[in-house]
Amino acid sequence: MKEIVIISGKGGTGKTSVVAAFASLAQNMVLCDADVDAADLHLIMDPNIKQRHDFESGHTAVIQQDKCTQCGLCRDLCRWNAISEDFVVDSIECEGCGVCWYFCPEEAIDSPLNNCGEWFISDTRFGPMAHASLGIAEENSGKLVSLIRQEGKKLAEEKGLDLLITDGPPGVGCPVIASMGGASAALIVAEPSVSGKHDMERVAQLAAFFGVPAMLCINKFDLNPGMGESMEAFAREKGINVLGRIPFDSAFTKAMVEGMTIMEFNGDSEGAKAIEVIWEDLNQRLQQ
Amino acid sequence: MIISVASGKGGTGKTTVATNLAISVDGAVQLLDCDVEEPNAHLFIHPEIEKTETQLTPVPEVDMKKCTLCGKCNDICQFKAIIVIGDTVLPFHELCHSCGGCMEVCPEKAITETSRELGIIEHGRKNGLEFVHGTLRIGEAMSPPLIRKVREFTRPGMLTIIDAPPGTSCPVIASMKGADFILLVTEPTPFGLHDLKLALGAVKILGIPCGLVINRADIGNDRVRNYAQSEGVPILMEIPFDRKIAELYSRGEMLVEAMPEWKDRFKELFHRIEEIRS
Repeated sequence: MKEIVIISGKGGTGKTSVVAAFASLAQNMVLCDADVDAADLHLIMDPNIKQRHDFESGHTAVIQQDKCTQCGLCRDLCRWNAISEDFVVDSIECEGCGVCWYFCPEEAIDSPLNNCGEWFISDTRFGPMAHASLGIAEENSGKLVSLIRQEGKKLAEEKGLDLLITDGPPGVGCPVIASMGGASAALIVAEPSVSGKHDMERVAQLAAFFGVPAMLCINKFDLNPGMGESMEAFAREKGINVLGRIPFDSAFTKAMVEGMTIMEFNGDSEGAKAIEVIWEDLNQRLQQ
Repeated sequence: MIISVASGKGGTGKTTVATNLAISVDGAVQLLDCDVEEPNAHLFIHPEIEKTETQLTPVPEVDMKKCTLCGKCNDICQFKAIIVIGDTVLPFHELCHSCGGCMEVCPEKAITETSRELGIIEHGRKNGLEFVHGTLRIGEAMSPPLIRKVREFTRPGMLTIIDAPPGTSCPVIASMKGADFILLVTEPTPFGLHDLKLALGAVKILGIPCGLVINRADIGNDRVRNYAQSEGVPILMEIPFDRKIAELYSRGEMLVEAMPEWKDRFKELFHRIEEIRS
């Protein structure tokens, strides 16, 4: 089984629109939305949810006021300044490290498990999909990303499918690392701008750091062709395969508004044609 | 006053708004780029960096001569960052959250702290503007500790503008908590709307007043405007989709410098924020 993860470094470069378009073109595929923090793929995929599960991870300290003697030890030990002067835990600041409840001499601190969100197994018009919704302001998005990818792989095995297409999160931190480890390849969707270049270079370094072969395609290429070319040159220098250029095309936004992939909305649009070429190349490389 | 510029969805124009606001407002202003995973504000501000500091976080180191393999460190650690295996203790520095629990619990005082690099912080200026940003080390998973260190540069009595990362989880909370005002930047598309709802949820949890900037205001549909109205979130500025603006941005040029008519609009944006705050 192969897994291609779509990443970008910078947010808003068009990862999800590209993933949705690939879903239109791919055969025998499972979709995985690993951008659990701000998941958008379902807005195009309109998933029919078959299974719904709670995602529980980590703990938060809760001080039982009737047992607490206000000795102050927990406040001294807490490195997050999460305990107020009147001994109430700020659940946003609490890291769940366990130091306070371990050391409390009165055993006055509970540590309930956090319900951090939900994850789903769904059917879509293109194939099965594993996706999730992280609770707002919750932690452990990396763990949820790992779980979603595992569930995606299980789905593929059960149904005898041989490709996982994973929509990754922006950035280079914990959820991106979790979305990338062990993938067959990472496709970086970048935009031709000073920020797009800076961020593409960082996420390419991250892929190299974790030994995941990277590929590049530049979206909205015509907004700054000179910048796009310099990004492609950087990629080639680093051994990153350049798969193609996607022109700026308002059909992407129009398709999104209609809840469609660009292939469904207008398969003859410039954007759709460019993606078809990129997909064929990507698919061939994945088979090698 | 601290204004945090946030968005939910990535690529909606946070950095454009934060940087242009920072150079348009009169008086003492500092810009803190807290999008430490992908910091971009410096590409537009071009600050002169005066100081670069490597930022570290403490992680455990075990003296096996003192260790009796009692396993208490293994038991207290919630992150599986220190494990007793056979006749040794293995700390996994990349997983460590730096809580100090293992060191505190060790009855033999066999654990001391060494450090893991989080990234760097650079501090500088551009004309009157004070500029600080963090850059997360490639391979480092945890961004909130570095974000908190960037925020330590906040100086009372100044206008502090924070460029926050996208999303709604811990790095975003670390960039918004304690701010006086959250400026949400979105685009009027289904993805923009969906992620705006999430971002607004986070703002409500923190209980901070907020307002909205709609970027590329003439693409997509009206649902973002309708939603903002129904939630009572004021729309403080709209920036149209203009290929010229997109091209300026792609070259790292500032909107208010290339198209000076925008300077007054950013000043007006700040006045509207001040009005809401008072």
